[in-house]
Amino acid sequence: MVKSNSNNMTSVIVNNISKKYKVEKSQVTALNTVSFEVSKGELFGIVGPDGSGKTSLFRVLTTLLLADSGNASIEGYDIVKDYKIIRKKLGYMPGRFSLYQDLTVEENLSFFATIFNTSITENYDLIKDIYQQIEPFKERRAGKLSGGMKQKLALCCALIHKPSVLILDEPTTGVDAVSRKEFWEMLQRLKAQGITILVSTPYMDEASMCDRVALMQNGKILAIDKPDQINQQFSKPLWAVKAASMYSLLKTCKKWEAVESCYSFGEYYHVVMKSNINGEEAIKTYLLQHQFLDIEVHQITANIEDSFMALMNKSHD
Amino acid sequence: MIKQNVIIAEGLSKIFGNFVAVDHISFEVAKGEIFGFLGANGAGKTTAMRMLCGLSTPSSGKATVAGFDLFKDTEQIKKSIGYMSQKFSLYEDLTIRENIQFYGGIYGLSKKQIQDKTAYLVDHLHLQNYQNSLVKSLPLGWKQKLAFSVAIVHDPAIVFLDEPTGGVDPVTRREFWELIYDASERGITVFVTTHYMDEAEYCNRVSIMVDGRIEALDTPNNLKKTYNSLSMDEVFLKLARKAARGE
Repeated sequence: MVKSNSNNMTSVIVNNISKKYKVEKSQVTALNTVSFEVSKGELFGIVGPDGSGKTSLFRVLTTLLLADSGNASIEGYDIVKDYKIIRKKLGYMPGRFSLYQDLTVEENLSFFATIFNTSITENYDLIKDIYQQIEPFKERRAGKLSGGMKQKLALCCALIHKPSVLILDEPTTGVDAVSRKEFWEMLQRLKAQGITILVSTPYMDEASMCDRVALMQNGKILAIDKPDQINQQFSKPLWAVKAASMYSLLKTCKKWEAVESCYSFGEYYHVVMKSNINGEEAIKTYLLQHQFLDIEVHQITANIEDSFMALMNKSHD
Repeated sequence: MIKQNVIIAEGLSKIFGNFVAVDHISFEVAKGEIFGFLGANGAGKTTAMRMLCGLSTPSSGKATVAGFDLFKDTEQIKKSIGYMSQKFSLYEDLTIRENIQFYGGIYGLSKKQIQDKTAYLVDHLHLQNYQNSLVKSLPLGWKQKLAFSVAIVHDPAIVFLDEPTGGVDPVTRREFWELIYDASERGITVFVTTHYMDEAEYCNRVSIMVDGRIEALDTPNNLKKTYNSLSMDEVFLKLARKAARGE
């Protein structure tokens, strides 16, 4: 039984979910005691690389896969016992395009509406913004659409029965920076209509678009919080470093025993020192001794990728 | 030192029916350069890249790749380049060792060269304990690094990378770029597409395609200055938003 200690402001409760798969002779832990809660109307992100367990988690929550242990509820309904009710409450957009390739855009949408005992007109308001962008192609078969249009159609089909919770598995993977931005703007508008949204992504920078995020790696949640809060947990001073010859700078920093970590970030390297010395002075002096030119060092605050890598390293220790 | 260009394209175009996929692109890439090839989905990147690899005949224009003519010498071009896409072409049912040996053979290396390369790569990629494991049992990040290494197993003049880093964790993504820097230091030219805008900063120069044309081409720093932007992300959004055509 899921205990309903949470008030009715909570939409999703995940409690100690674990799942293992058998691959050949060995066992792979896809989910390792995962727990979190999502409030109604929240935009909640699951951020992690391929293989971190994002899809398994979503398949458990959408009642398509049974967990080995743990329990979860959506809108107060148990994901195992009440799976039939949950399927009516959920909108799900899987990572792989799962619409009917040889039905047209309009036929797909009306098919999904019919399955859920509704019609396109009944909930048209909810999808209007998105559907209007693909409406000029409504006679086109779904299989003939471009990636961006397929994605919009899939989102419309997931929304047509007016779900209270929307689960989106990597909707922006392989999509260019412009379309990604537009997709997140669409999600913000859906959130404004009160829909609870769980969305997964391998792009760390998208974490900042969410109200709260869970960072995942190897089936475990490394951290859950507001993106800003996660970054504030980054405890050590962080230095942005740049010089004329970047690749040899990287090699030098990695060899230097006073450096704890050095990762490239756009035009800078982000460097963490082992001890709490004056990083700026120490780094400048060291690099000057090693004949680097145009040295630039300044202190910065961590972003979500800095935090993720720090948490990854910590979980390896 | 005279700058040696390994890719020279002049007015290169590809037309399908009445659709101009690639519209008169002209650019040069120097030996050992890391050249970022950016553009929105549907801008024409893949078509352009297929032409440069000798897989698709241009409709017009001229170009040489590794000194060979793109219209006449496509077979020599294929021997002088390496290619890796996001759907990498490793054999899942072969071990790491077998994959390296297989690609070495395909690219015509001698038995001795294959032996040396295999030993070097296993050591360089820290795969000593896994060299006899099947590729399908490897984490994604290792597969990507191995796929890159076999793509340059024959020390090609140029390696083409089509979104090589999708989906991996941030640490692995950076380790992958270290392999790219390393190849570039050894004189291999790297021609790379990516959706990660921070990776655009790691390139020596970046071109941005919009609607089949090269709309901008410069170092990341100069592009940021020209487009009055703080990051490459901003530059990209400013340019790609102008696109008239969809995917």
